[in-house]
Amino acid sequence: MNALTLAAADTPFIDSGNTAWVLAAAALVLFMTPGLALFYGGMVRTKSVLNMMMMSFISMGTVGTVWILWGYSEAFGPDVGGGLIGNPFTHFGLKGVLDAIYGFVPATKTAAAAGGIPGPAFVAFQVVFAIIAVALVSGAIADRAKFTAWTVFTVVWATLVYFPAAHWVFAFSGYAAQTGGWIANKAGGMFLGGAGAYDFAGGTAIHINAGAAGLALALVLGKRIGFAKEPMRPHNLTLVMIGAGILWFGWFGFNAGSALGAGAQAAGVWVNTLAATCTAMLGWLLVEKLRDGHFTSLGAASGIVAGLVAITPACATVSPIGALIVGLAAGAGCALAVGLKFRFGFDDSLDVVGVHLVGGLIGTLLIGLLATKGSPTGAAGLTVNEGLFYGGGLSQLGAQALGAFSVLIFSFVVTYLIGLAIHKTMGFRVDEADEAQGVDLSEHAETAYDLSGLSGGRFGSGSAVTTTASAKTKEGAPA
Amino acid sequence: MKLVTAIIKPHQLDEVKEALEAYGISGMTVSEVSGYGRQRGHSEVYRGAEYTVDFVPKVRVEVLVDDIDATSVADVILKAAQTGRIGDGKIWTVPVDDVVRVRTGERGVDAL
Repeated sequence: MNALTLAAADTPFIDSGNTAWVLAAAALVLFMTPGLALFYGGMVRTKSVLNMMMMSFISMGTVGTVWILWGYSEAFGPDVGGGLIGNPFTHFGLKGVLDAIYGFVPATKTAAAAGGIPGPAFVAFQVVFAIIAVALVSGAIADRAKFTAWTVFTVVWATLVYFPAAHWVFAFSGYAAQTGGWIANKAGGMFLGGAGAYDFAGGTAIHINAGAAGLALALVLGKRIGFAKEPMRPHNLTLVMIGAGILWFGWFGFNAGSALGAGAQAAGVWVNTLAATCTAMLGWLLVEKLRDGHFTSLGAASGIVAGLVAITPACATVSPIGALIVGLAAGAGCALAVGLKFRFGFDDSLDVVGVHLVGGLIGTLLIGLLATKGSPTGAAGLTVNEGLFYGGGLSQLGAQALGAFSVLIFSFVVTYLIGLAIHKTMGFRVDEADEAQGVDLSEHAETAYDLSGLSGGRFGSGSAVTTTASAKTKEGAPA
Repeated sequence: MKLVTAIIKPHQLDEVKEALEAYGISGMTVSEVSGYGRQRGHSEVYRGAEYTVDFVPKVRVEVLVDDIDATSVADVILKAAQTGRIGDGKIWTVPVDDVVRVRTGERGVDAL
């Protein structure tokens, strides 16, 4: 019914080393989402840090659930036509996946898949991508979204935007799916002839996708009260630094885990991931020093993330020198791009567009210039279409651009419609008073810190009584 | 009686406290405040966006003294709080009609 049966004909076996690495990588990637919560949480003001963190955490709850129900099947089930989407019913509830074995080197007509990983390991690895892709979008609508609306959005967006995009990019024919997605597969009778774009770990499916979605939602919700007039400085840069560190740590699972095996490709990808992140941090800081006069900690943290974003699609198809270039371009490029929101007047609160969309585009497009046989993929003995700088001509750049801009436009349009539908029905934005007071209190009835000493009830025996009384009323209500 | 109020730099507090104790002042009230004077605040840069922070943290020291001590106490604070750099603060003195010690009910100079 899918790749597993292709492999089954040639007696597949489970490779314990590959399996161990993929399971460990999946756990690393899951850790990125709480890391993102810290990264984003530190960047907002004191009054909305819990809401910011909860928007990431809830994605683990909702996306994890729908992934098991229909998400996996939508992304990796048999294609229902044109490489656009998998059949959500084939593997509903992970039916037929638990005892499957996925070959990490694709099975071909003449050769069996090499040592494989159990189906659930692949399911686990891919769900953590879906979770963080959704959580990334929330950075664009900090401080002002209704939590219920966001929760509904996570389910709808994952279903209508992320799972299809993941199918386009990650579902290779005869690999994890019987018939895969149109961006992943090389030319050969698929939709548009198969783009054959490289996106090793999700530069288009995750970062361009989330960045375009962030832009769409920022436009639907509108600017925060006081945007570009009042200071909205990050309330805790130490959280941001911890979050960036966790993201960097987890990203090794994200990229090197995408080799789906413990081998030469994974190791090369690991090194490229490090290389690009290093130069990206330097690139961002350099721009800041020249432009603003200081090397800032927020700049270092942002540069790290920008580099990780950009190397994500490119990590397997560029050389280590190529990775240094990708990182430098992304660090400097994103540092310049984050000012765009003030110029164009949209309030992408935490720069999802400036970092993820721009970083994703830089990495995805640079593959068209820098792809080379001297890359982890080439070293692992797999074919690489070389980029322009290596004499490969313009064709790979064209494929990269086609993949990137298709995802960008698809994500922007569909997200805008989803956002608008939620905004017109249940309302996506809290009312003005709640926004001014802070969404932590209005959406969660909590505040993150007791800094004043006056709000902790030291003078508040009266208010403590009120709290108890209203809590009782609430408890009684459902009965 | 007089109330001497001084707005000083937070890190000068210990010196002011010690100087006042050496002079013989037995109590004071200290609070964390923020504000700005002629120098205004400072600017911070986040991802290229520059924010001006007007209100800088200061400490307010309040001392109740007998009339004859007022000028000297202000001088003691001045000497201890002065760094010569911008943002050193202000000291002012205002008359106080009456003072009562809550524990004993003593009034006026006896309550100081």
